[in-house]
Amino acid sequence: MDILSNLAFGFGVAFSLQNLAYCFIGVLLGTLIGVLPGIGPLVAIGMLFPLTFTLPPVAALIMLAGIYYGAQYGGSTTSILVNLPGETASAVTCLDGYQMARQGRAGPALAVAALASFFAGCVGTLLIALAGPPLAEWALMFGAAEYFSMMLMALVASAVLASGDIVKGFCMVVVGLLLGLVGTDVNSGMARYTFGVMELYDGIGFTVIVVGLFAVAEVVSNLESKEAREVFTKKIGNLMPTREDIRDSAWPTVRGTAVGSIFGVLPGTGPALSSFVTYMLEKKIAKDPSRFGKGAIEGVAAPEAANNAAAQTNFIPMLTLGIPSSAIMALMMGAMIVQGITPGPQVMTQNPELFWGIIASMWIGNLLLVVLNLPLVGIWVSLLRVPYRWLFPSIVMFCCIGNYSVSNSAVDVYLCALVGVLGYALVKLECEPAPLILGYVLGPLMEEYLRRAMLLSRGDPTVFFTRPLSLAFVAGTVLVLAVMVAPAVRRKREEP
Amino acid sequence: MKIGLRNNRDFLAGLIFVLIGVLAVAVARGYPVGTAMRMGSGYFPTVLGGILILLGAWVMGRGLRSGEKVKGEWGWKPLALIALAIVLFGFLMARLGLIPALVAVLFASALAGREFRFKEVFVLTAVMSVFAVLVLLYVLKMPYPLVAGYLWIS
Repeated sequence: MDILSNLAFGFGVAFSLQNLAYCFIGVLLGTLIGVLPGIGPLVAIGMLFPLTFTLPPVAALIMLAGIYYGAQYGGSTTSILVNLPGETASAVTCLDGYQMARQGRAGPALAVAALASFFAGCVGTLLIALAGPPLAEWALMFGAAEYFSMMLMALVASAVLASGDIVKGFCMVVVGLLLGLVGTDVNSGMARYTFGVMELYDGIGFTVIVVGLFAVAEVVSNLESKEAREVFTKKIGNLMPTREDIRDSAWPTVRGTAVGSIFGVLPGTGPALSSFVTYMLEKKIAKDPSRFGKGAIEGVAAPEAANNAAAQTNFIPMLTLGIPSSAIMALMMGAMIVQGITPGPQVMTQNPELFWGIIASMWIGNLLLVVLNLPLVGIWVSLLRVPYRWLFPSIVMFCCIGNYSVSNSAVDVYLCALVGVLGYALVKLECEPAPLILGYVLGPLMEEYLRRAMLLSRGDPTVFFTRPLSLAFVAGTVLVLAVMVAPAVRRKREEP
Repeated sequence: MKIGLRNNRDFLAGLIFVLIGVLAVAVARGYPVGTAMRMGSGYFPTVLGGILILLGAWVMGRGLRSGEKVKGEWGWKPLALIALAIVLFGFLMARLGLIPALVAVLFASALAGREFRFKEVFVLTAVMSVFAVLVLLYVLKMPYPLVAGYLWIS
């Protein structure tokens, strides 16, 4: 079996002492970030990613990936124990998890969440291994026109599926694309939008955008309102779920994994939406839907399985096609580019140790997380007692250090403050920032593919419709748009 | 009417987008546009800027019709203080070294909180600064001066 030998090769890479250590650091940091409110995996990856420049590419990506799925685990802990999602993807878990904790069943809730996540993580990892090679082979047939149409579809989907307003989502995508163009134009060598600032010739850094848009804006938003966080000291009690718990959560876990795996691949959806959809599904097919919201174990198992499966399958489009399906994957893609690896179908053949090593490390990381989360849950809970007024100056400090360390220049730090102000204004005006990140990463690539496609077609724009694969992506784009716009139109018509 | 617009959510959002679009198009006028077949460096940004102006104007118009307000208060004070803290860090880091920059960013951002307890902030600053110095200089081996001019540790 090809897959088995590939996986064995991957485990060989992931089990080296260095990679194992970085995997551990990654999931540990991820759990920490997932537990602490006000700082998500996106910001953490954005801040830590300059520090990974010096690492070998495999170790760097293993660690960054660990932070991402580690945060999904950590987020569920706080959802269950204090009714506060440490991470958006765990918001749904609050509904039943917290109720279980109030009924003195916090232990089983935590155990089921961790085990469901572990199961989903294993399936997700396996799916990447299975789907990766054929997808990459397929993507090798893509020309410039296909890449452009596919990126267009990813961007439109991210704007449409992001929570909130569609038009504002598009605006954010376009702002992101423009921000991505700052710096030296690869085709002509011309410096664009640099305003004479030397530091901008290489473009605006990732860290600047992500930290400014998410961390700074988030801190300010938290400070404008009253501190509502209460400190809980609750006994967790017995961790062991009963046999009944296991039986009740088995099928929901499987269904959650299936939904999560699908949503993880779709652009713009990811863990948060998948956990929500799974919860609704479970509620719909349950014999007694009234139990939901009152401590039903299915309401913990299914969304936790879904968000973790989605966190894993999120990697599929990025690793095989070079298309990020979420803001975090856009960042991971950026990390790869910085390491000198062009994300896309050729990664699997040119850097097999990277592809298979990351996959194997995910499985190891998921196992580490179960160990980290269940016996050590007390430590994570005690972290929640840290008051926010100690937390946010530290977050701001890390933001500054992260930005300064990218190129040891104060310009990045100043820019981060500027982006932070813009980011806060946009959040306040209810513009979703995630599509902007996607646009920012894809901006230069899209321009490059557009230019190449138009040059090859001698300036004929119909090339995007006459090549069948490209046409399929364009049709997909139109379909996504139509599906989302239709209900809005109908609602408009009903209003007199 | 003027006062109504100041807190009109979509009007302001659209205005930001239109301004960014106008800036993008205006600056791109200095770059060669080229043709559809051989695009110059001004082609793509001009198209994007144009799209942004149109979409932004749409959002503005919708804001005028719906008149929906921004939720909650604007946190001008924390915004200004946090931004100032970050700028101070960059300014001091380049001139006076790591320790003054860390102290400044922690103190200034702590001021943005609702309560400022001097003793607590003092301890927090001390602990976090020591932690940051240890991680940066000894674990990551960054070549930053602790205080500019003297005290280099690497």
